[in-house]
Amino acid sequence: MPRRDDIKSILLIGSGPITIGQACEFDYSGTQALAALKEEGYRLILVNSNPATIMTDPELADRTYIEPITPDFVERIINKERPDALLTTMGGQTALNIVLELNDKGVFEEYGCELIGAKIDSIRTAEDRELFRSAMEEIGLQPAKSGIAHSLEEAESVIKEIGYPCIIRPSRTLGGSGGGIISNQSQVKPVVSRALNTSPNREILIEESLVGWKEIELEVMRDLKDNVVIVCGIENFDPMGVHTGDSITVAPIQTLTDKEYQALRTAAIQVIRRIGVDTGGSNIQFAIHPDTGKIVIIEMNPRVSRSSALVSKATGFPIAKIAAKLAVGYTLDEIPNDITRETPACFEPSIDYVVVKIPRFNFEKFPFADPTLGTQMKSVGEVMAIGRNFQEAIQKAVCSLEIGSYGFDRKSLFKGMERDKIIERCKTPTPERLWFLAEAFRLGATVDELYKTSGIDPWFLREIEEIVAVERALRDGEYNLSEKDELLNLKKMGFSDRRIASLTGRNEEDIREGRAKLGVKPAYKTVDTCAAEFVAFTPYLYSSYDRENENHPPEDKKIIILGSGPNRIGQGIEFDYCCVHAVFAFQELGYKAVMVNCNPETVSTDYNISDRLYFEPLTLEHVLEIIEIERPVGVVVQFGGQTPLKLSGELERLGVPIIGTSVESIDIAEDRERFTQLIEKLSLRQPEHATAKSIDDAIFKARKLGYPLMIRPSFVLGGRAMRVIHDERELMDYFAEGLYVSNDRPVLLDRYLHNAIEVDVDCVSDGSRVVMAGIMEHIERAGIHSGDSSCAIPPPTLSEEVQNELRRQTELLADALNVRGLMNVQFAVAKFGEIYILEVNPRASRTVPFVSKATGIPWAKVAAKVMAGVSLEEQGILASPSISHVAVKTAVFPFHKFAGVDRLLGPEMKSTGEVMGIDGNFGGSFFRAQYASQNALPVSGTVFISLADDDKEAVLDIMPDLISLGFRVVATRGTCDFLRKNGFKCMHINKVREGSPHIVDMLSAGEIDLVINTPEGIGPLLDSKSIRLVANEMHVPTYTTVSGASAAVEAMKILKDNGDFEVLALQDRLKGE
Amino acid sequence: MREAYLALADGTVYSGMAFGSELSLDTPPVWGEVVFNTSMFGYQEILTDPSYAGQIMCFTNPHIGNVGCNKDDVESRKVWVRGVIVSKLSREFSNYRGEESLDAYLKREGIIGIEGLDTREIVRKLREGGAQVGIIGEKGIHSPDDLVDMARTFDYSAYNFVEEVSCSEPYVWTESVWDHDAGAYRKITLEKLSSRPHVVAIDCGIKRNILRLLLDVGFRVTVIPYNFSPDEIAEISPDCIFLSNGPGDPSLLGETITTVQALLGRYPIFGICLGHQILSQALGGKTYKLKFGHRGGNHPVRDEATAKVEITVQNHGFAVSKEGLPNEVFISHINLNDMTVEGVDVTGDLRAFSVQYHPEASPGPHDAAYLFKRFYSLVTGERYASKR
Repeated sequence: MPRRDDIKSILLIGSGPITIGQACEFDYSGTQALAALKEEGYRLILVNSNPATIMTDPELADRTYIEPITPDFVERIINKERPDALLTTMGGQTALNIVLELNDKGVFEEYGCELIGAKIDSIRTAEDRELFRSAMEEIGLQPAKSGIAHSLEEAESVIKEIGYPCIIRPSRTLGGSGGGIISNQSQVKPVVSRALNTSPNREILIEESLVGWKEIELEVMRDLKDNVVIVCGIENFDPMGVHTGDSITVAPIQTLTDKEYQALRTAAIQVIRRIGVDTGGSNIQFAIHPDTGKIVIIEMNPRVSRSSALVSKATGFPIAKIAAKLAVGYTLDEIPNDITRETPACFEPSIDYVVVKIPRFNFEKFPFADPTLGTQMKSVGEVMAIGRNFQEAIQKAVCSLEIGSYGFDRKSLFKGMERDKIIERCKTPTPERLWFLAEAFRLGATVDELYKTSGIDPWFLREIEEIVAVERALRDGEYNLSEKDELLNLKKMGFSDRRIASLTGRNEEDIREGRAKLGVKPAYKTVDTCAAEFVAFTPYLYSSYDRENENHPPEDKKIIILGSGPNRIGQGIEFDYCCVHAVFAFQELGYKAVMVNCNPETVSTDYNISDRLYFEPLTLEHVLEIIEIERPVGVVVQFGGQTPLKLSGELERLGVPIIGTSVESIDIAEDRERFTQLIEKLSLRQPEHATAKSIDDAIFKARKLGYPLMIRPSFVLGGRAMRVIHDERELMDYFAEGLYVSNDRPVLLDRYLHNAIEVDVDCVSDGSRVVMAGIMEHIERAGIHSGDSSCAIPPPTLSEEVQNELRRQTELLADALNVRGLMNVQFAVAKFGEIYILEVNPRASRTVPFVSKATGIPWAKVAAKVMAGVSLEEQGILASPSISHVAVKTAVFPFHKFAGVDRLLGPEMKSTGEVMGIDGNFGGSFFRAQYASQNALPVSGTVFISLADDDKEAVLDIMPDLISLGFRVVATRGTCDFLRKNGFKCMHINKVREGSPHIVDMLSAGEIDLVINTPEGIGPLLDSKSIRLVANEMHVPTYTTVSGASAAVEAMKILKDNGDFEVLALQDRLKGE
Repeated sequence: MREAYLALADGTVYSGMAFGSELSLDTPPVWGEVVFNTSMFGYQEILTDPSYAGQIMCFTNPHIGNVGCNKDDVESRKVWVRGVIVSKLSREFSNYRGEESLDAYLKREGIIGIEGLDTREIVRKLREGGAQVGIIGEKGIHSPDDLVDMARTFDYSAYNFVEEVSCSEPYVWTESVWDHDAGAYRKITLEKLSSRPHVVAIDCGIKRNILRLLLDVGFRVTVIPYNFSPDEIAEISPDCIFLSNGPGDPSLLGETITTVQALLGRYPIFGICLGHQILSQALGGKTYKLKFGHRGGNHPVRDEATAKVEITVQNHGFAVSKEGLPNEVFISHINLNDMTVEGVDVTGDLRAFSVQYHPEASPGPHDAAYLFKRFYSLVTGERYASKR
């Protein structure tokens, strides 16, 4: 079927900010879809609130709206642009939800907008539990049995229907507390009664327990002619019970025979036909009983997903791109396979390697969160590794995680643990289970024993057991590493040089050199969709230690870009955005761009982006091998965040040509002492600081510096364990936690600049000129991690004089550090305009995409060209752009995923993503950003205020506005007295410990619309935690800083005056500049 | 651990570890045409497919043996592949239906395997250089040079493997398709079969799943040796004829082709794979050897009548040429990877059709199972409610 010509313009909805469960995979799919549809000549309209995406680059769509993805804003965009069609399947759950809401409002009918990809009925049938169940039963498939009960009698009859074991979940309790598993008659009464009592509405859900069943996913594509292909099957290493996003997964499927696989395949085809997704991809999940082969259908996602991104990378079959083409009428047989060129996309990839995905968690950021994995996703990112066998793939994946693990090491996890305890830890799925399994084998556990404990298939367990056995032999000196074959065998099993070194008491370099001497070098293989049956034209490569190396790189002028690895808090999509821009820049200059990365969600690992792609761990070992075979003219470490930076010293020492700012300069900026010397030399100012090696030392130095002060360990990044300390007691508590200090790892103390304004400046320098990309004023005061703070460009309150001084200092620093490329400086501007330098990062920072979108200049690209020797003058970038609009960036947090975690902000970064609001004024932009981050601001109602003493004065500035907006004010004793004293009407409410009725009662009853709560010190902090937890649960907008609240007031004023916001595409805003 | 060699006629020698049956000084090394299969499932079905007689199988799936072997996943009475090449052998297996390891199974079947080879390298070699003869020997028994020399003396096309794989006596088939829930094949009693239309399947190396599907769509099935004469066939009073898959060069089967020419017009005919090549030749068409054959479970084939694409199982080294087919024969199916002929249909009174690929799957996708129903409709005139 030819392409549809009856539609001319297509609207695409992105997935918004990165959150747990929705990460850069939707930038990858959206970017692919836009490129595929642009190729076909359609007019493309995009809405996405996330500026840190490639898809929102102004070149990709014809009209790009960086606006909240909410029904009202999307309707405004539809009204303005009148698209003929809306592609529903590219923006994750966010897009599907909006489509359902808009459909209910009749918007599509009103504007004559057709849904393509998945239609309303398909979305509904797939998303609605009951509709899905009956659809599945209709085609003879079995969904998991379940029922609802309100009493013991009801429960007993439901359980009779379902059988044992079954799972009991009380309705409406947080994090599923109060539930349990029932395995026999005697457990029914106690478990059901407890669950009924826990549920506020005495309702429980009873489900057939599938815990321990195998979990299998299939990625399915279907076209308008009803051709269906299965792109790939994935087997979960973790059995049912762990969200697939949190499971280790493996492709191809390892433990099914053809008969079982074909039963699933046929079922999947029936499902996609019945649900009616007729143009695109879907993800279908099944559970299989390990002893009987019984199949239960779990769910179907009628859209591209994280799994489809994974499968695209795992097979070389670009699901989103092809789904987009199918949506406009092409059929699978009309679309060529990118990689083989000759053969069509209407086929099922065959892979001749093993792919392992391991999720990346960030529980260390949320010390109160429960790290047990379950049905709600908790991981923040993932890595994928490719090997010629499972052992190689899983050990490579472990290396890719960047958690300091290079194999089944992590001894510190099991320190002092008894065998029983270790085996017990194999039972509960946690991020560390893989390492516990290995340790259990070390202690003599058997495959059977661990299978019974963990439910993980014996096949996988045996592979791990074998790795552990070889580790033991290696440690016992049974391997002769100067024998080529013996070393080769270890490498074939995926042992990293570091792991071999640590097991044999040598160092990595030793192993690497020994390997080179014996000629034990990686053999690169191609990901080609077809197991080598046809010639592949796309250099998408992975390393192995098999016999034949297929990789013979041409002698072009090449630049290698080192990517940013798995997403994690503190290092996310922003860095992938920068890497992709670097690729584009080098290509424009005529270089071949070689990308190295291991994150399957990203745009950078799309083999269509770079000239050559290596899907490899970003470790010294793997990177060095690539450099050796590629022989690039330059290697870029500036764009991938800490990941490549960590390697830069070693790379330089080994003679690798690193382009851009020197490693030496990076070191000066990172090394506290050298940096202080630099600041002093330049006559600039830093907050007073000290280094302490013991608690006594710290107490002494803290007294000298004065409280409050900022404390952090010297050896961690991303603000980990960084805290504001208000007095000596808190300082002692910090040390009492005992985790952070030792002689060679001192703690750092900084004078805390209370109420200072924090400012981020990004600039590009080519050595002779420094151009400011943007000056961003933070909304929250200094002390909140810059990644968590909202910020605005241009700065709303900084005087021209201060801005000029910031520019001067930035230039000074860029010159002194001899920066070639990007540099980010964080300043604090104190009350009387004194400027302090908090941090300098001579590399791409988190704010680069935001600044690029706000100013319309792709700064990462500009910087990359500078690094390749093209001056700013030659690029025509001579001065900072001036803009007439205001752009605001707001962070998005994962608090609702972690029951019991305080949403209080501090020096440790906790956000997973960001949104941008753009408007003619600050209030409007801030509102859009808040709205886009799902903080729907009220315009009146009841505000609860509870303030730290230091903040009381400041709140007086916003009180008149709150009153005139019509807010009723409720406050705790101290704040209430203070407000009354200053002439504001205020109602008193008890703190929790003062007894009911107290503030948490009011919040729970939904009587509060806005919370302004700034705690101080540990005591009040714990007091107020319950307030923030309940506010979080009730989705009440909560500001934990007065400056944040003040910005919100500005936005509410705009909102009240002007309920109707104009939407303007980025292209139009920038044209107006 | 025994070390083994795989020597190719072009002089390449690979070394790996032997598994399965052991060679000895008294047994000759194992020779065969080296072919690859890109299926990711179903190694046991592949090993027992008689079409692979005379061949050494190189599996591209990186792990082989993971699910073990069992008594059900077989396509004939024994393993026909002469030698097995794998990248990584699972010596232990995990599947609820698994009964023994692949290693033990091959030992019992007297078949040697070699593991630890770069199977992708071998595929790339075959892709570039075309299919060739290889020979597996064991270190300490054979020298690599001797093996290469020997490999050069064999010619796969010279052998009539059909003779080897066909049954010697006719038999009646009573096992129907796999029942996933029951974990067993359905059985049909002889009494229930008596009223059904009778298909006589000419066995050139027939896969059992073809027989199971013929039974499942409603036929009564009798299997006969490949060299039965038209008169002998007429004696068992068929309503229709099935031409099976099988190994080797179709042009060696002159006798069977003549038989089919005699049957054409008298009975409706359905052919699969070698059966398709025999039918095409009987109709006046020609066959030729492909450079490296089609072997896998993922080839797209377009049904030219409906323009729909099915994902098919392929296992053939020869193909029917587009040229030379008479006018009343039209090409019903096309392989979208290389546009080769995948099926022919005869219009008019002759009532015959055939496909190059394997609608019986096993292993592989079940997309093309509709062809069995099509055959049933052709024979009975009843419209089979197509699920497609």
